[in-house]
Amino acid sequence: MDWSKLAQLTVAGTTLGCMYALIALGYSMVYGILKLLNFAHGDVFMIGGFIGYFVYSALGGPLTPSVPVAILLMTMLVAAAVGCGLLGVAIERFGYRPLRNAPRIAPLISALGLSFLIQNSALLAFGASFRSYNTFELDNGRLFSRGIHTSLVNVSLMRLLVIAAAALLMLGLMAYIRYTAVGKASRAVAYDREAAEMMGIDVDRVIATIFFVGSALAGVAGVMFGLIFQNVYHYMGFVAGLKGFTAAVIGGIGSIPGAVLGGLFIGLAESYADGYLPQGSTFQDLWVFFILIAMMLLKPTGLLGKADIRRA
Amino acid sequence: VTTPPPDPGIGRDEWVDREVELRDKAARVEQLLARLPVAGRLGLVVAAAALLPVVISSDYIVRVAVNTLIYALLALGLNLVVGWAGLLDLGYVAFYGFGAYSYALLSSNQFHLHWPTAASVPLIVAASALLGILIGLPSRRLLGDYLAILTLFFAQAFVTLVSNANRITPPGHRGAVDFTGGPNGIADVDNVHLGSHAVHTVRGYFYLSLIVFVIVVAALYSLNNSRTGRAWRSLREDPLAAQLMGMPVNWLKLTAFAFGAAIAGLTGTIFAALQVGVFPANFDISLLITIYAMVILGGAGSMTGVVLGAITINVVLEILRTPDPARMIFYAFVAAALLTWMRPYRRLALVLGGTIAFGLLAHLLVTWLAPAATRGEPLGGGFLGHLTNHWVILLTDPTTPGNIAYGALLLIVAFLTQIKGIWRTLLIGPTIYLAAFVWENRLVANPSVARLIIVGALLVALMNARPQGLLGTARIEVA
Repeated sequence: MDWSKLAQLTVAGTTLGCMYALIALGYSMVYGILKLLNFAHGDVFMIGGFIGYFVYSALGGPLTPSVPVAILLMTMLVAAAVGCGLLGVAIERFGYRPLRNAPRIAPLISALGLSFLIQNSALLAFGASFRSYNTFELDNGRLFSRGIHTSLVNVSLMRLLVIAAAALLMLGLMAYIRYTAVGKASRAVAYDREAAEMMGIDVDRVIATIFFVGSALAGVAGVMFGLIFQNVYHYMGFVAGLKGFTAAVIGGIGSIPGAVLGGLFIGLAESYADGYLPQGSTFQDLWVFFILIAMMLLKPTGLLGKADIRRA
Repeated sequence: VTTPPPDPGIGRDEWVDREVELRDKAARVEQLLARLPVAGRLGLVVAAAALLPVVISSDYIVRVAVNTLIYALLALGLNLVVGWAGLLDLGYVAFYGFGAYSYALLSSNQFHLHWPTAASVPLIVAASALLGILIGLPSRRLLGDYLAILTLFFAQAFVTLVSNANRITPPGHRGAVDFTGGPNGIADVDNVHLGSHAVHTVRGYFYLSLIVFVIVVAALYSLNNSRTGRAWRSLREDPLAAQLMGMPVNWLKLTAFAFGAAIAGLTGTIFAALQVGVFPANFDISLLITIYAMVILGGAGSMTGVVLGAITINVVLEILRTPDPARMIFYAFVAAALLTWMRPYRRLALVLGGTIAFGLLAHLLVTWLAPAATRGEPLGGGFLGHLTNHWVILLTDPTTPGNIAYGALLLIVAFLTQIKGIWRTLLIGPTIYLAAFVWENRLVANPSVARLIIVGALLVALMNARPQGLLGTARIEVA
């Protein structure tokens, strides 16, 4: 048994899993409240990657950054979070809210159209070429040369930062949903929208808040994708969105700890498939697809989902 | 039997009478059409279509007609699943791709198989149906949303599989085997042939697709009026009630899925033979969205509707490829939209006049201020192009300002949907001008992207404005 390989794959899988978890959280929260598959969520992730890229370039890029690296990274993450959060609110306002009482197929198809519209608008505006973050050059490569380097495993500082940031965001989100007034209101709306409305909760506002938070997390994940994998491109949101949704389903849709667990599960599974299965890297999508099918057959409610997910 | 007393004519209104008479006239025409049997109506349409290759000499137009028929077949199959049974099948193109790849594998030099069409096509159709059942199985107990995500993932998995299955080592085999040709696809696929007769020309494929179209329409029509068709509709309206009435809900879902997949698979074989090759990019998500746009535009649930939707969208997308006709389509669409929605006509005249004046003024001002930056030429030229050259600002270097204007256009359109009254009327003119600016400067030069953007925007707009499409039933529920 090659322990070093296993450890290395685990690190890669955890990083990937953190990104999927951040995407899955947005899916899961929106599904919990609106019972809507927000197909455009993956494209919000993509836009996040691009916002990060443009902030990065505006602040001097990898070779001549005009601000310290810590501030640079922070600005990118915050800009992507705010930008994507606003985009998410706009998507809800114009794409889904008018259809809230329509037949259920209407918002789903609207979501599909929105996803396609955003993806191709990005293609028009940003072009088909890959945009490189080139973070290896940042700070003389110290983000990658530093970190934990032992004979067993190498974890670059960049990965540590990404994992730590993701973990912090997830904990923050759980606290937000659990303890704040808006969080409580959102749980109430998810449980029973009509009753919540009768209790004086401003449902529209809660839904908009959830869209903002979920999309902001996706935007952060988009920047992380660029930081780790270097390239951002207009169609990166589609597959990432599919896997994020699979993560949400595996964890039990509507459950926040479930989304985190599901994301890590998918990330690790993909990473191990990459390392141990023949041609694992070319067929990553297929392995995740098989996991989804297996999960639906064995435990359709997901790891932490409730037994009854039937719509009211 | 007593004769009814003569109408005293009390409380009659001349205007109402006239309106009623007009309505009755329209109803009489409809009745006349309705009295014609369905076979007759289909026959009329098919006879008209069959004349097309005789009348038109251009192979290009016949080729577009064949593509339209293929799209119409795909839309009919998707309509069965989405419109009748109410299942959101997002993996539909994968079945189409499965049919096309299966045909290519069985009739090309990839494995040196050259099966006769009469053997391969029935086999492929059956295999597609079986695959449909297999994909539907995991989600049979679950809600429509899970089906949607599973099938969407299936579509993606299919593309991944065929683009990478060119160096697979099967267990117990030495060396890698090339199954699907990877990103290069499979070329040199045989023509459709029965015995010694083979279809070689585009015209031949037109008649072949037309025959298949007639068979599929006839089969679907009788299927829709059968026990199963009624059961699907009840499943769509209320799955719980259907189950309570003793309907085998799961089985019905799976059969709907299988029928849809079979039609897609059959269409795929025609496509593979027509294109003389198959490539992974033929079966990507943009095709799925396009077929959905056709079904939704025409009205899910209505066979006439989805066929009309397929014709409209395919022809429009085809016209968008060349700049000058694309320009005509754009301005015609703007004019038609204004004519339909702007009332009273006074306001319409005001908006039109205002828009033209606004444009002329803006053009004059900007060309005067920055003559060097506005030396763009209208792409494609043409009469309309020269006309708009004096109205729309054409930039020398349109890329970046065009992108900014595109973003601004999206924002303004979103804002327009939120305001009412005089402000909306005032804002419509500048919005149209901005749209024309984006169109002439950015979209006309990128027809491939513009097509996709239009399809996506169409879906969102349709869902917000008229979810039932042109001819659809008012309400389609997804289980």
